[in-house]
Amino acid sequence: MTGPLVEIRQLSHSFGTHKALDEIALNVEPGSYTVLLGPSGSGKTTLLSILGGFLAPQEGRVFIRGEDCTATPPARRPTATVFQDYALFPHLSVGDNVGFGLRMRGVGRSRRNAKVRETLAMVGLADAYSKKPHQLSGGQRQRVALARALVVEPAVLLLDEPLGALDLKLRRQMQDELKALQKRVGTAFIHVTHDQEEAMALADHCVVMNQGRIEDQGPPERVYSRPASRFTATFMGESTLLTGKVQDLGMDEISVATEVGPVAISASGEPGFDVTLAIRPEHITLVDVPPSVALGEAKVTDVVFQGSFKRLLAVSDKNPEVTFIVKVPSNRPVSVGDTVELFCPAADMILMSR
Amino acid sequence: MRVLGKLLVAIYGLAVYAFIFLPVVVLVLFSLQATSFPIPPFTGPSLRWYEAVLGDTRLTSALVNSVMVAVISSALAVGLGFLSAWGFARYHLPRAALLRGLITLPLTVSYLIIGMGILILFNTAGIPKSLAAAGIGHVVINLPLCFAIIYSQMGDNQVNLERAARDLGAPEWKVLFLISVPVMWPAIFASFFLSMTFSWDEFVISFLLTRFDTTLPVEIWNLLRSGLNPRTNAIGSLVFGVSVVLAILFELILLRRNRA
Repeated sequence: MTGPLVEIRQLSHSFGTHKALDEIALNVEPGSYTVLLGPSGSGKTTLLSILGGFLAPQEGRVFIRGEDCTATPPARRPTATVFQDYALFPHLSVGDNVGFGLRMRGVGRSRRNAKVRETLAMVGLADAYSKKPHQLSGGQRQRVALARALVVEPAVLLLDEPLGALDLKLRRQMQDELKALQKRVGTAFIHVTHDQEEAMALADHCVVMNQGRIEDQGPPERVYSRPASRFTATFMGESTLLTGKVQDLGMDEISVATEVGPVAISASGEPGFDVTLAIRPEHITLVDVPPSVALGEAKVTDVVFQGSFKRLLAVSDKNPEVTFIVKVPSNRPVSVGDTVELFCPAADMILMSR
Repeated sequence: MRVLGKLLVAIYGLAVYAFIFLPVVVLVLFSLQATSFPIPPFTGPSLRWYEAVLGDTRLTSALVNSVMVAVISSALAVGLGFLSAWGFARYHLPRAALLRGLITLPLTVSYLIIGMGILILFNTAGIPKSLAAAGIGHVVINLPLCFAIIYSQMGDNQVNLERAARDLGAPEWKVLFLISVPVMWPAIFASFFLSMTFSWDEFVISFLLTRFDTTLPVEIWNLLRSGLNPRTNAIGSLVFGVSVVLAILFELILLRRNRA
């Protein structure tokens, strides 16, 4: 097969006057793990509902395996959904829950049972076959929901905040299992979450959404290190944002007049342009390691010890509206009220035009 | 003073319950009368009047009729009530609040008016009086009740269950019968028993809409026209017993549901 597995073209949808999705275009490759990341109200769940067939979009088309599925009902789509509340059938046993999709496809009892047991074993619940959903823990229910969706061998598995109801430790553990499972079955997963750590850990392809639009998409490493927008720079990990105008043009260097003084970085741009510089907390240092850009002095207002590092907030002396977020090694003595000098390697500054 | 207060409260409480239950106690007590008149002094206990009742084919066939009308009309009322509740809960209907109000409206109309209305309508349409006509009347009075009970138990958490079933390939009728109905089973059962209870006890509509074959309450009324007789007490006690059983079943099912 050539072309993407799922192709979304110019999708728009409104609820009343609220524009939930605004001209979304997205491709999903076969066998990939795509994460839709965004705050609540960003449209990620609406997008997933449209992919699953639970909502018909007002504009745009959805192609799955090259076929126009925009108006196909959920029952006849090659997708399966893992719901946020799992939606396990409470009156059926775990085995009957997992076998439901096969039963609807007319698979005979003995083949169905064999397949159900195989899938349950794959998610580590081989002995839960005859239990009822209410006898299981949250993590186990999650696995049953996964097994129920995977057993019908969908082309795309849709997961709606699948780890949202679990506690932190279990969430991290299930996260690893999900990734391993996806690699093993090879099905394309599309996973909705508002947890950026989850997104970074799971995604092959990370899609950052905000207010119904795709802000940025790409491999999580790229989205983190080179975010395309201010929103992405602050939502996917933290950043200090400096705004300014492009001033002088050098050979392949521009100077940006920021709130804390001019900063020269290697990039191209037009003079007079408004730009934003984003700096990740781990790139700001308290010592000058050339070639670094001096960011001036700042007063430490907050220190939080986080085990392997300390997270500082420091207000710039030059412009009290700028607060730097800095990560320093935890053995470095620094306390609230100290004045520190901040530096950042020019190459680690991220230039953004929006 | 406090002792006196407590005593007064206790006496008042007893009086209230006596006021409610004394007639029933008297009815049951004199159904066990050994002599021919259900008046003091009590001469029993004896089961001769129960024997007489169960030996009377008119009464026993009325009893069978009553059971049939109750079961069939309740099943219809529950079926229709469930479907309308499901429709209102799952689909966005224009003027939904108004339509819901109209469905539950018969709860506030007296049985006499409903019975007369159906009688006049059937007369005009040329439909003869029959048990089926009475059954239709019972559906009219019980459907709103079934609708109200089932609709109140239909939460949003079932929406995702139905979505999941559709997502896994279930056609709509399988979603209904394999998921929605089993999940709603307690509410469906409870409303079935409650409408059985009402149908079983109902007199006015059955009186207006039946002629030769009739239900037990109408037959009892026929009996009463020839004066008081321990037979009426016996049959009354039987009717009361069945109602109690149905009411207890209803409570048990609904209570178990609420605890879960």
